[in-house]
Formats: sequence, C-alpha cells, structure tokens
Amino acid sequence: MIFGRGERTQRSILQLGIRPDRRWKNILMLGLIHLAAAVALVPLFLVFYHVIKMGAPALNWSFFTSLPTPVGEKGGGMANALLGSLILVGLGALLGVPFGVLGGVFLAEYGRGKVAATMRFCVDLLSSLPSIIVGLYVYTILVVPMKSFSAYAGGLALAILMFPFVTKTTEEVLRLIPNHIREAGLALGIPRWRVVLSIVLKGAIPSVSTGVILGVARIAGETAPLLFTAFGNRNWPTQLGGATPSLPVQIYSYAISPFEEWHQQAWAGAFLLLLIVLLFNMVARYLVFRTQMGKAR
Amino acid sequence: MSDLLFFNGLRTLALLQIFVFLTILIFLFYFSRQALAEFGWGFFFNSKWSPNQQQFGALAFVYGTLVTSAIALLISVPISIGSALFLTEIGPAWLRKPVQILIELLAAIPSVVYGLWAIFELAPFVRSSIQGPLAAATSFVPFFQGPPSGIGLFTAGLVLAIMITPTITSLTVEIFKSVPRLFHEGALALGATTWEAIRIAVVSPSASGILSAVVLGLGRAMGETMAVTMIIGNRADISAHLFSPAATMSSVIANEYAEADAGLHLSSLTAVGLTLLLVSLVVNSISRLIVWRYRSFLKGVTK
Repeated sequence: MIFGRGERTQRSILQLGIRPDRRWKNILMLGLIHLAAAVALVPLFLVFYHVIKMGAPALNWSFFTSLPTPVGEKGGGMANALLGSLILVGLGALLGVPFGVLGGVFLAEYGRGKVAATMRFCVDLLSSLPSIIVGLYVYTILVVPMKSFSAYAGGLALAILMFPFVTKTTEEVLRLIPNHIREAGLALGIPRWRVVLSIVLKGAIPSVSTGVILGVARIAGETAPLLFTAFGNRNWPTQLGGATPSLPVQIYSYAISPFEEWHQQAWAGAFLLLLIVLLFNMVARYLVFRTQMGKAR
Repeated sequence: MSDLLFFNGLRTLALLQIFVFLTILIFLFYFSRQALAEFGWGFFFNSKWSPNQQQFGALAFVYGTLVTSAIALLISVPISIGSALFLTEIGPAWLRKPVQILIELLAAIPSVVYGLWAIFELAPFVRSSIQGPLAAATSFVPFFQGPPSGIGLFTAGLVLAIMITPTITSLTVEIFKSVPRLFHEGALALGATTWEAIRIAVVSPSASGILSAVVLGLGRAMGETMAVTMIIGNRADISAHLFSPAATMSSVIANEYAEADAGLHLSSLTAVGLTLLLVSLVVNSISRLIVWRYRSFLKGVTK
C-alpha cells in the first residue's frame, strides 16, 4: 500500500472537477464527522471543568481527617468514607485479582474443553451485567443470611464486578505470548505448571497488572452495588461485619440531600474520586507504553 | 502429578465462576417468587407501584428504561459513528490518538460523578436552554411538555448518551479497522469522493458490526444505575411527556431496596431486578450473535 490510512483523503477534500452535488455532500458529511468528534468531547471538558471548579476549593485538610458533621454545621470531612472505600476496594481486589488472573490463565493455557467454553461465555455475560444486579445478588446470598450490611458483602460485590474484567484481559495478554516460549520451557523438563506460572505469567506481569489496575479503578468508583451490601455509615467503619461507608455512596447521599454544605462535600468527594480514577488510568497507560517501548527495542 | 493438581485447581476456579453466574439467576428468581406468585404475568403489565397499598407492577419502570435508553441511543449513535470515522478515516493522524484517549477517558469517569454533575449543571441547562424554548415553540405538542425542573426522562437519556458514547465509539473503531483496506482504495479508484468511499467501503460493510456495538451500548444504557437514579426524578409514572419525571428498573431498585421491608415489596423489587437481568442477558447475547456472524462474513470476504 503506497498511501497510509487517511493520507489520500486529506489531499482530496475539495475534489474539484466532481459534480457539484456530490462535492457539496462530501464537504457536508466530512464536516459532520468532524463535528461529531468535537461534540463527543464536549461533556468531558464540561464535567472536568465543573468538578474542578466546585470540588477543588472545597477540598481541604479536614476533608481527609474528620468525620462528617451533622446538618448545618460547617466543616467536617469524609475520612470514614475514605477508609471504608480502602477496605472495600482492598477486599474486592483481594478476592477478585487472584480469581481473575487464575481464570485468565486457565482460559489461555487450558482453554479448549467444554468447561473453558462455558466459562468464556459466562465471563462475557458477567462482564456486561448491570452492576446493580450484582448488588442484588450479594444481598440475597450474604446480607440476608448475615442479617446485616457488611464490608464482606460490599467487597464480594466489587470482586464479582472485577474478576470478569481481569479474566478477560489476562487471557488476552497471555495469548500474545508466543508458543515457542512455552515449548522451550517444556523442553528443559520443567513441569507444565511451573512453565505457566514462572515463565508465561511472570513474563506477562506488566500487562497483567495493567488489567488489574484498570479493574481496581473501575470498582473504586462503583456505587450501585454498594448501596445495599456495604450500605453506608456516618461513623468510622469499626468492623468488617457491619455497615461500611464508602466514598461513592457518600457522594451519592450528599448529592441528593437538600443541604448546601453537603453539596460542597459531594463536589469535593467527586473531585477526589476523579483524581484517583485518573491516576489509576494514567499508571495503567504508562505500563502499556513501557512494555510497548520494550518490545520495540 | 503436580501438573494434574494445578490443572484441576484452575478448573475448579473456572467452575466456581460459572457457578457464580448460575446462582445469580437462581437466587434472584428464588427471592422474587413471592411477587411472581402474587401477581403472575400481570406484574409486567401493571403500572401501579404503591408500597403503601402493597400493589406492585413493573410496567412503569420498563417504560422508563426503554424511553431513556432510546433517547440515549438516538443522541449517541450518530455522534459515536461520526467520532469513529474521525478516528479511523479522516482525522489528521496526529490528532487521532489524543482524541481517542480523551473519548476513552469519558468511560473512566464514575457514574456517581456524572450524576452529581447532571443534577447541578446539566439539569439547569436542560431546563433553561432546551426545555424552555422547545416547550414554548411547540406548546401545541404535548410530547414536549412537562414540569419545568430539568429533572426527568430527557435529562436522564442525555446523561446516558454521554456515558455510552465511548463504548459504542471504541467498538465501532475496532469494526472499521477490521474492514479490508482494499475496499476503500477500490472505491476511490472508481472515482468516489471521500465521503462516498467511506459510505460504500467502510460504513456499509460494517453495518452489522455497528449494529452489534449499538446493541451493546443499549445493554449498558439499560443497566446504568447511579446517574439515572440521581436525575430522573423517581416517580413510577408512565407519562407521555418528554421532560416529566419517571423511574427506570435500575433506579427504583437503587432507591427503594435498602429501605424496603421484607415481604412483598422486597420481593417485587427483586423481580424488577430479575427482569432487568434477563433483558440485559438477551440484549448482550444478541450483540454477541451479530458479532459472530459478522466475523464469519469477514472471513468469507478476505479469503
């Protein structure tokens, strides 16, 4: 191919000598396509602009250190929700990451039988499940028997949301590793499980962790599945078996409240949440970038 | 020996994941049996939802979900397809990567942040700049009327449109990239203008692929919870007005589940959840089916 994708088209935008109606239609449609791309980006800038404008001034030291104050009192923070989120995301990752990574290993390395095909199907559907359904499910299997909202329930809900994603990315990444690497390991007399764990998986750690980081970023912002699993709490989360506050749920309840001070807190929380999620995404992108550079060398 | 152990360990994990999937169906069904036994099929055709009178019907929520998703698709599909064409065909090469990263960033913003933004920024904007003028200009069309709060079906659909645009765009980009390049060059060689070449050799062969991306976006729009719950007004009404408050299947669950008393109310909410689950499974399966058929079509062409 002589021309790269798109090069040809840029030279011929005006396309003189072509029947006018075709030419005008061409210009109109190309204009609309540019417009569509611009319109798609407008909400991004608006959301960032408003969240920074409203949230950054409201974010102060006591936001990170103090408990929420009652209605009408100034100040206060979301320290309890931050700790709660840390606990919930930690529990979710603790359960979701090994499940997801090992599931991906199974699909990539032994993924031929009926079990693997069924699993691939289930993982596909699980990953597109509405997150609130996962909340309902955990409510029925954990909250009802335990008779209490709990961090366990919230963590489990987040884990169920996370593992299909990690499974899929791990499988994709491991499939990219050429077969001769596995064969080389096997030829040295290393047992297959050691080849899989110490050669294939170890070599893919940077890419696998990209998937894990993106998975964590996703569950860190999840609200719906926590509403009736971890519930919420205006105090410190003291035990894993009790209702646990979290940043997204706190933002939600403050946002729909009628009080001005609480709206301020919600904006500050949203600003912080956005920063965290962005940070995770940037780290993930950096890891991808670095592995690609490594391959190019 | 250890190999066998390892394999069986992994297989157990895999079976456990399948087990999770199956138990979701079973448990939701089990917990909604009371409502289903009480109301039968009428549950889906009754729009009355009144916890005080112990009367529950899901029709209003099904309606809310369908209308908001439809609005979202109407707005999002043209924008997504246009953006995907920009990213694959006509955007300047140096601009493509940054624009793609920014569009993907839209998908990373948590739902609750969209909801917060929608309550305080988007709803007032819709009220003053879209609903007001539109209602005034078309005062004879009841469809465009509604209480002037900015909270309701239309705003919810608009937020959903923003949220599913990155999904549909990135899937469509993949589809466009998989169309053989020769189609496009052939069309140009025959004298097509840039747009005609795109239409004939990029968009047309991708039609079923685009459809599957749209259906997947539909699945996301129907299941999306937080932003919709915060902006739709939460009223179990079937209203013929574009701007009036309503409720969706996911929003009613988010709103009432934690406070519902055990019994018929909780069971009915679970039944709404079961409905949402089944609908989302069907929609996602349809999308997968279209993709599989499309892939085999492509294989046939490029052989």
